[in-house]
Amino acid sequence: MADTEARKVIELGYGGNERLVMNMGPQHPSAHGVFRMILTLEGETIAAIDSVIGYLHRCHEKLGETLTYAQYPSIASKTDYVAAMTSELTYVLAAEKIGKIEVPKRAQHLRVLVAELQRIASHCLWLGTWCLDLGGALGGGATVFLYCFREREMILDLFEALTGARLLYGFHQVGGTRYDLPEGWAKRCRDTVGQIDQRIDEYESMLETNTAFLWRAQGVGVISKELAQEVGIAGPLLRGSGVDFDIRRNDPYSSYQDFDFEIPVETAGDCYARYRVRMQEFRESIKIVRQVLDGLPEGPISSRPGLKSVGQVRIPKGEAYARVEGPRGEVGCYLIADGGPKPYRMKWRGASFSNLSILPHIVPGHKVADVVAIMGSVDPVFGEVDR
Amino acid sequence: MMRDVVVAFVLLNVLVLVVTYVTYVERKFAARMQSRIGPYRVGRPHGWLQPIADAIKLLIKEDIIPAMADRPVYNLAPIVFLIPSFLIFATVPFAPGLGLADLNIGILFFLAVSSLEIVGLFMGGWGSNNKYALLSSMRAVNQIISYEIPFVLAALIPVLLAGSLRLSAIVQAQSGLWFVAYPVIGQLAFAAFIVATIASENRVPFDILEAESELVAGFRVEYSGMKFALIQLAEYTHMFGVSCLGALLFLGGWLGPGLPGPVWFLLKALFIFLLVTWVRWSFVRIRVDQILRFSWKVLLPATLILVMATGLWVALRSGHVS
Repeated sequence: MADTEARKVIELGYGGNERLVMNMGPQHPSAHGVFRMILTLEGETIAAIDSVIGYLHRCHEKLGETLTYAQYPSIASKTDYVAAMTSELTYVLAAEKIGKIEVPKRAQHLRVLVAELQRIASHCLWLGTWCLDLGGALGGGATVFLYCFREREMILDLFEALTGARLLYGFHQVGGTRYDLPEGWAKRCRDTVGQIDQRIDEYESMLETNTAFLWRAQGVGVISKELAQEVGIAGPLLRGSGVDFDIRRNDPYSSYQDFDFEIPVETAGDCYARYRVRMQEFRESIKIVRQVLDGLPEGPISSRPGLKSVGQVRIPKGEAYARVEGPRGEVGCYLIADGGPKPYRMKWRGASFSNLSILPHIVPGHKVADVVAIMGSVDPVFGEVDR
Repeated sequence: MMRDVVVAFVLLNVLVLVVTYVTYVERKFAARMQSRIGPYRVGRPHGWLQPIADAIKLLIKEDIIPAMADRPVYNLAPIVFLIPSFLIFATVPFAPGLGLADLNIGILFFLAVSSLEIVGLFMGGWGSNNKYALLSSMRAVNQIISYEIPFVLAALIPVLLAGSLRLSAIVQAQSGLWFVAYPVIGQLAFAAFIVATIASENRVPFDILEAESELVAGFRVEYSGMKFALIQLAEYTHMFGVSCLGALLFLGGWLGPGLPGPVWFLLKALFIFLLVTWVRWSFVRIRVDQILRFSWKVLLPATLILVMATGLWVALRSGHVS
């Protein structure tokens, strides 16, 4: 009978030894995008994990070769669509590095402003989805998720007023920024970050006194300092494991040296430490936003004339690597220019991609429920992983 | 005989209606907590027709049976799941004399039948031939075994205080003071009862068998259409049944000034239901090992000690021990 034949195949596929191979994703409620995990289980405990990526591959690096320096920045925002400003910035920084293009001070400060607002928005999404992973769509997780979306909406409204777009902006361009602040925007921005500042306090008091939350977050998915450096993870993961490294301070770009901010570092290396790092980053970002608004220099927003055609920006021969501290860690862009209006070659270093490689090191030995907790604390965006 | 049939028929239909609207109450309540509006579009005011619309939607949905499912088990599971949750209402007295059967072992019957639910749950998980469902039903068995014991122990405390297993007698014994108002013992027992209720109801933070962020929808992942509706109905009916039990055991059932008895009873049951819902929408799920540890190492000893303390107190009060 065909039925029994099929059954046999499935049973043999289990691999014996009372292990259960379970597939999670690419369509799964907590996959954070299209990510597939093949889990080998012994009871509830995970014995092995295989990650499968590539479901969202859109040939970004080839696109970068076929689009001009004027066109690509607005496409770059589609790599990490949760933090679109960051990847745009990385691309134009690389192009400016090759062409040795000066960027006016006002544009540099505007870049910092949007990058930090973007970090707040991105961390809002992270906190919401992570709690959704921990608590489920039919529990307390959904409550935090909706609260976080309320705050993220306020930032998206700001971006909408600034660029006309809510998710993918096209704000940066080679030589500066495309838009200046509209009338009244600065005050609105100040009110918004003030409100978010209060709400962060609310989240902290809501979560950090919640026993169930602490049980799920503390001691789960511990990354040691050595492992973190060996695997090459970046961003809040790295700082959650006690490595004090932040590109904004260690290799400043776009006038970050003008501002006064702290780099939060936690040493525990578990999900809770990563949570603490991100919660403090909220505050630091708000601090930077306030400083930018206080001392925004007057002047032009771009060192280049306004664009009239797509092939107008030409970059001389050369190559450069630019890196930016995105909300998820180091976002890098490697460009080789051949003197024409398009780069010869472009390569992305996605922070989420590098961070994902930590999974096989820390997931085995945990329970099934911890996989989603760890995944959420890694905070991958699959647009950036697959590109 | 004829009277019983009529009462049972009316009770079943009223229950289905009440439980349907209990889901509506929960959705509105949760929406309020999350700064949303909740159901609003179907029926004015405030989308009051939403539960009916949902039921009709589920009725006309396609019923899918997985190719590799164990068909008899798979098809039977929602019914096996549903029956105990309605059966528990057989002994619930809604007011003096208003109930199907006021058994002299009412609470025993209630607890025994209510834990039968696990059979249907496991059948569903097993029959679906789905790994998520299987894992979920294994978790369910684990959890229900762990939490039925503290649940029963917490329910025993009012029995000790009232000196009867008959639910109406337990309510009558509270005519002076509700059991929840008894100093220390009452509050602790009520808290233990609520925790055990949440766990045996598989609600957040103990909803590891539904666990949609890991196991998608747990044991009912393969169910669709009316079978899904039956499972959902059974779950909420059971939930409401246990809330009724809580109202009977701790909050004095139908006793109360002014309003008629059944109204008081419904309000109290709703209060417990909303208490559980409140916890549900403000906690994250805890892990399977933490759930078991909490049950065996904290809740079980605590309820055991409470039962002993209550027993001692009752004995002292009645003068058997001097």
